[in-house]
Amino acid sequence: MTSTLEAPPAEDIVIDVRDISFFYGANKALHHLHMRIPRRQCTAFIGPSGCGKSTFLRCINRMNDLIDGARMEGSLLLDGMELNSPHVDVIALRRRVGMVFQKSNPFPKSIYENVIYGLRIAGVNNRSVLDETVERCLRKAALWEEVKDRLHSSALQLSGGQMQRLCIARSIAVNPEVILMDEPCSALDPRATSRVEDLIAELRQEFTIVIVTHNMQQAARVSDWTAFFYEGKLIEFGATQQLFTKPASQQTQDYITGRFG
Amino acid sequence: MNLPHHKFGDTRPAGETGVWLTSMGLAIGLFMVLALLALIVANGLSVFWPKPVLELHLKPGSASVLRDQTVIGGIVTRTRDRMVPLAEGKAVEREWHLQVGNKDVYGQGFRYVAINDALKTEYPADAMVVERMEYGHAVGRPLSLALPDGRTVAAGDAGFSPALHDALRGVRALRGELRQVEKKAIGRINHAMTQLRLNPDKLASPDGRAEQAELQKRYDVLAADALRIRGELEKGSLSIALFTGEQRAIPLGQIVHFHFPNRMTTPEKVGFFLHGLKGFVADDPREANTEGGIFPAIFGTFVMTLLMSIAVMPFGILAAIYLREYAKQGWFTRSVRISVNNLAGVPSIVFGVFGLGFFVYFTGGTIDQLFFSKSLPTPTFGTGGIIWAALTLALMTVPVVIVSTEEALAAVPRGTREGSLALGASKWQTIYRVVLPAAAPGIMTGLVLAMARGAGEVAPLMLVGVVKLAPSLPIDDLFPFIHLDRKFMHLGFHIYDLGFQSPDSDAARPMVFATTLFLIALVVLLNLGAIVIRERLRRKYATGAF
Ligand SMILES: Nc1ncnc2c1ncn2[C@@H]1O[C@H](COP(=O)(O)OP(=O)(O)OP(=O)(O)O)[C@@H](O)[C@H]1O
Ligand SMILES: [Mg+2]
Repeated sequence: MTSTLEAPPAEDIVIDVRDISFFYGANKALHHLHMRIPRRQCTAFIGPSGCGKSTFLRCINRMNDLIDGARMEGSLLLDGMELNSPHVDVIALRRRVGMVFQKSNPFPKSIYENVIYGLRIAGVNNRSVLDETVERCLRKAALWEEVKDRLHSSALQLSGGQMQRLCIARSIAVNPEVILMDEPCSALDPRATSRVEDLIAELRQEFTIVIVTHNMQQAARVSDWTAFFYEGKLIEFGATQQLFTKPASQQTQDYITGRFG
Repeated sequence: MNLPHHKFGDTRPAGETGVWLTSMGLAIGLFMVLALLALIVANGLSVFWPKPVLELHLKPGSASVLRDQTVIGGIVTRTRDRMVPLAEGKAVEREWHLQVGNKDVYGQGFRYVAINDALKTEYPADAMVVERMEYGHAVGRPLSLALPDGRTVAAGDAGFSPALHDALRGVRALRGELRQVEKKAIGRINHAMTQLRLNPDKLASPDGRAEQAELQKRYDVLAADALRIRGELEKGSLSIALFTGEQRAIPLGQIVHFHFPNRMTTPEKVGFFLHGLKGFVADDPREANTEGGIFPAIFGTFVMTLLMSIAVMPFGILAAIYLREYAKQGWFTRSVRISVNNLAGVPSIVFGVFGLGFFVYFTGGTIDQLFFSKSLPTPTFGTGGIIWAALTLALMTVPVVIVSTEEALAAVPRGTREGSLALGASKWQTIYRVVLPAAAPGIMTGLVLAMARGAGEVAPLMLVGVVKLAPSLPIDDLFPFIHLDRKFMHLGFHIYDLGFQSPDSDAARPMVFATTLFLIALVVLLNLGAIVIRERLRRKYATGAF
């Protein structure tokens, strides 16, 4: 059932998923997933609504811990470190694995404070370090030119696209190894979407990116690897090029050609 | 979309009845609030507007005759209709409520006069109203002024009014000096003496005895000084003739203020009004609170409400944070929440009884035994005081703060919290840095509600520290400056005291309205302060979600 086509070479693996199952109470949302996510590349998750993409993404930074009655089984390794263990320091983990949400969620603070939030809570207060980080991250998120004159005004006054780029800047400010993005463009117009896509192309030089998307073209454009999920199962995982042109599974074929979903 | 009533050709806009019904509700509510405000503002402010003095010539032998005199005078404060039983049926008789003043002569400062008993009325230009330290107003015609230096000025002289003004300026200066000596300087020495007396070891030592002698010497000097000033204040007098014919000499030291209401121009009246308003806000009360100002009550209410806010904020907010963010949601939190909501509905007097039993007797008594045992049996904290009043009201208003804080916390979007946690923030960091700032405007709303409830509460205060006349303010220049153990005056209690406990209800009546006006003004002011802070916060975070 898990047919892994053309698995990425072993030495480049950053996240190694071994037989992960996930339960919301009695409800099993993920079924025995196996997946190896390569470093400094972009991996896209596709699949119909409710198939468990977000659930799986949130397993990687243990965001599901917040949900009462949720339970994870199996093994999930980040650079060889077991994540599915009560001894994991989730705060340190989340600094290594950043997340950008579907609905942009800037804090009710200034743009400046938003970007350096992760540094502040880590105890960094050196003004020059903070200033430098703000400029570097906003530049990387292609937002600097638009906001450099109003860094100290509220982040909630930005447009939706600007907010999403701010959230990306905020997540790269703590220098994570992996950035998880859950439908980052779903609330954005095509222009803003293409800016974020350019940004992802840029960021994957430096970070490992895992992106959930409903947009096939987007998956094809930005990702190196694509995983197709269906009803909590990983149906197919392979090089994006391959998966979109010659899918191994009929279900994948049907989904990407829009015949079901 | 095809709504059913469109099919039946009904073109009335949907919900029209609803619009009428709801707008009626709003209109009635608004009308009642405006009527209340208008009544209080009109009644409260009219107290300070100078009213003319009426001279009446009465029918000889009529019931209105005062001390066998047919000529009387006074200020008409209001008119009323009275049913008088006749041989057959009843008749309505219209009466004036007349402030005749001169309580020292007439025994009563107010009386009713049947309008029908008046043969002739006029407003004499030389009618004079003199506000005195005691016995209320004197109303009459000026005769002459005997100045402290022995000169006399006749009332007809052009220099009469200026001379009286000058003399009163001197009197005011003397009175200020007297207050300085009696309240401040002697008060400070008394304080030092009490401190010394509470320390028997020191008192027994030669040092202590020397200090005591020194204090006594200073006290004697000051007491002599006070006596001299009092003597000065006895000098000089104003002679007036009452409308009923008696002549009286009022010592200048007794006079607070005088005016000739019947010949005042409008600007003069405005000046009088403003002066009266200012005096009301800034002066101490006199004569069982029926005269003078309400400054100690305003100040007491203000300080008490502030202390209450300081006490209620941390408890309410911390409790709400625990309930909403940390506690496992279940039957326990649910029942705590229900209890908190019910607590808000408990009658305030119950909190007063609790405050008396727990704060005053238990906590205060324990503090006295531990730290102030030397001054026992005189209680320090073991009796009503501003701190106990503030804590009692804080307890009473804490449910309001908890409920609104919980609501504000719940309104912070889940995404915002997750965003913070995803960046490696701990739960407390998330609450402290993201959730609380976002919820701050909503929390301030809770404080506004709590303050409004607390500032207007009277019943529990009567048990835990409010008094009708406090000898000193809760904050002054004596170390340690903020005296949390002191009893205090409160506008709400002041209104109650004036309205129900005053020996002279006629004199107290206008003060009730004026004091109510200031209570409302103070509550509005405090709330405005909190609202301004809230708007600041809101603009700072630009959430606008509350
Ligand atoms: N907090 C939750 N509690 C219980 N069940 C949940 C919870 N979140 C998700 N689920 C269930 O888990 C399954 C997978 O949900 P998930 O959000 O991972 O889907 P998804 O693939 O991200 O869908 P979409 O594309 O619509 O975002 C769904 O059946 C959903 O109902
Ligand atoms: Mg999802």
